[in-house]
Amino acid sequence: MSWEVVIGLEVHCQINTNTKAFCGCSTEFGAEPNTQTCPVCLGMPGQLPVLNTVAVDKTILTGLAINATINLESKFDRKNYFYPDLPKGYQISQFAVPIVEHGYLDIPNKDGDEKRIGITRIHMEEDAGKSMHEGLDAVSHIDLNRSGVPLMEIVSEPDMRSADEAIAYLKQLHQLIRFLGVSGADMEKGQFRCDANVSVRRPGEPFGTRTEMKNMNSFRFIKQAIDFEVVRQIEIIEDGGAVVQESRLWDSVKNESRSMRSKEEAHDYRYFPEPDLPPLRVSQQQVDAIRAGMPELPGQLRQRFEAEYGLSSYDADVLTQTLELAAWYESLVAAHPVDPKRCANWMANELLGRLNEAGSDLSESPVSAKRLAELLDRIEDSSISGNAAKTVLDAMMESADSADAIIAAKGLKQVSDTGAIDAIILAVMEANPAQVEGYRGGKDKLMGFFVGQVMKASRGTANPGLVNQRLVELLKG
Amino acid sequence: MEIDVRKVAMLSRIRLTDEEAAEFGPQLSSIIGYVEQLAAINTDGVPPTAHPHDVAMPQRADVVTNSNRRDALQTPAPNTESGLYVVPKVID
Repeated sequence: MSWEVVIGLEVHCQINTNTKAFCGCSTEFGAEPNTQTCPVCLGMPGQLPVLNTVAVDKTILTGLAINATINLESKFDRKNYFYPDLPKGYQISQFAVPIVEHGYLDIPNKDGDEKRIGITRIHMEEDAGKSMHEGLDAVSHIDLNRSGVPLMEIVSEPDMRSADEAIAYLKQLHQLIRFLGVSGADMEKGQFRCDANVSVRRPGEPFGTRTEMKNMNSFRFIKQAIDFEVVRQIEIIEDGGAVVQESRLWDSVKNESRSMRSKEEAHDYRYFPEPDLPPLRVSQQQVDAIRAGMPELPGQLRQRFEAEYGLSSYDADVLTQTLELAAWYESLVAAHPVDPKRCANWMANELLGRLNEAGSDLSESPVSAKRLAELLDRIEDSSISGNAAKTVLDAMMESADSADAIIAAKGLKQVSDTGAIDAIILAVMEANPAQVEGYRGGKDKLMGFFVGQVMKASRGTANPGLVNQRLVELLKG
Repeated sequence: MEIDVRKVAMLSRIRLTDEEAAEFGPQLSSIIGYVEQLAAINTDGVPPTAHPHDVAMPQRADVVTNSNRRDALQTPAPNTESGLYVVPKVID
């Protein structure tokens, strides 16, 4: 009998604010340790937290984008635990009444259909500091710059049935967060981290006992960790054992997870209402204003690109992966409106391909949308062939010269002069009498040979349409 | 209500002698017992509240107002090194 996998995900996402959740300390990444702290985020006695209004607005915006209910009154609670990177001894979080509840995301599933993943809640909380243990013997080092940085915790329903579905959900959520501009969501910087709750059961039975894989910040590790955990749980149950509810840590070096049971024992968070913070009230007008300012979401943008520009769903998908890509594409189309599909091909295949090979991304592109459009204009007016344009683009990646200057310098201007092309064709025919005879004897396939020879003789500058047309004519004899 | 004094002490990182545990257990229980009198009050129709004052939370503009005061702030720390707090070893 088969096993069914059940996965629920908790994503901690750093809200991109200038300052921390409850004090005016900078959140800038990479500062010297402990230079962005104050008595509030250091947990010194007598300090009072004051909530960052931008963190509230961005959490509401995220809630609206996942079709959730915004609670006009929500509360903060203290989550108590003891750890040196948590100087207050508690984390300010939202436990009983979060600001966002009951949302969902639709993810593509493997039948090309969509599957709805429920999102239980999004609550605001503050991050802890950073502990460092590596290379230290009897001590740990603590940097509290991150202490108090605002987070959204996005908690899904246990709606995913495979590691692939979990990754599809995470990627969709990650893209959405980036589009909304509510978080940098840079996984390497820990701005988007995931806990995965995993259990297995026989189809139709109640949920099995779950384990929680903590704090993963790469899609690849999350998939590996879930796959590993599923196998581990099935083996335990098939051997007659029982899965123990616990937190586990993924070791990406050893490719295995290990129990964090030692810490689990101490997990009794004793939540209680945060006495320093009165209820958070937001007005319906505030929510409506945030909704009115919501940017176009990835799905809407993808559909618009297909409808407005006639792109394939594949190209539309590629060009809407990030807002930056989409904006770049639209500025290219604005500069070369005659053929949006050509714009998509040249941007997605040629430009991004070259950037990818060079290990850089669009923001570092030496070729602006305007310059690329000038090149596409030359294809449009038949000044150069598509092939020659690739050579020009190669050169444009290396220099600031315009497409026209490069075309002139390299002598790549397409020859569309019938007389010049006829001269080349006649020379090729003279050099290949046997093939001419063969073609005239009925070997139509030799046409390809002649086209190739003529293009080669013209160094790719002959207008291919005209070459074909003139070849048919002249080979008739 | 019986209180597990040892557990509470462990969670709070407070070391208790057996005598202290024996002394504080009944004290904590009697405090809880006193507060439990509230359970007898009929609260039908009273909305739950988490805060005694009927005020909405004041909020703060997202503007950096604090500068680096590391040296002053680290004065009370028992041990620092290169700007980092040094604590007894902790590891997951």
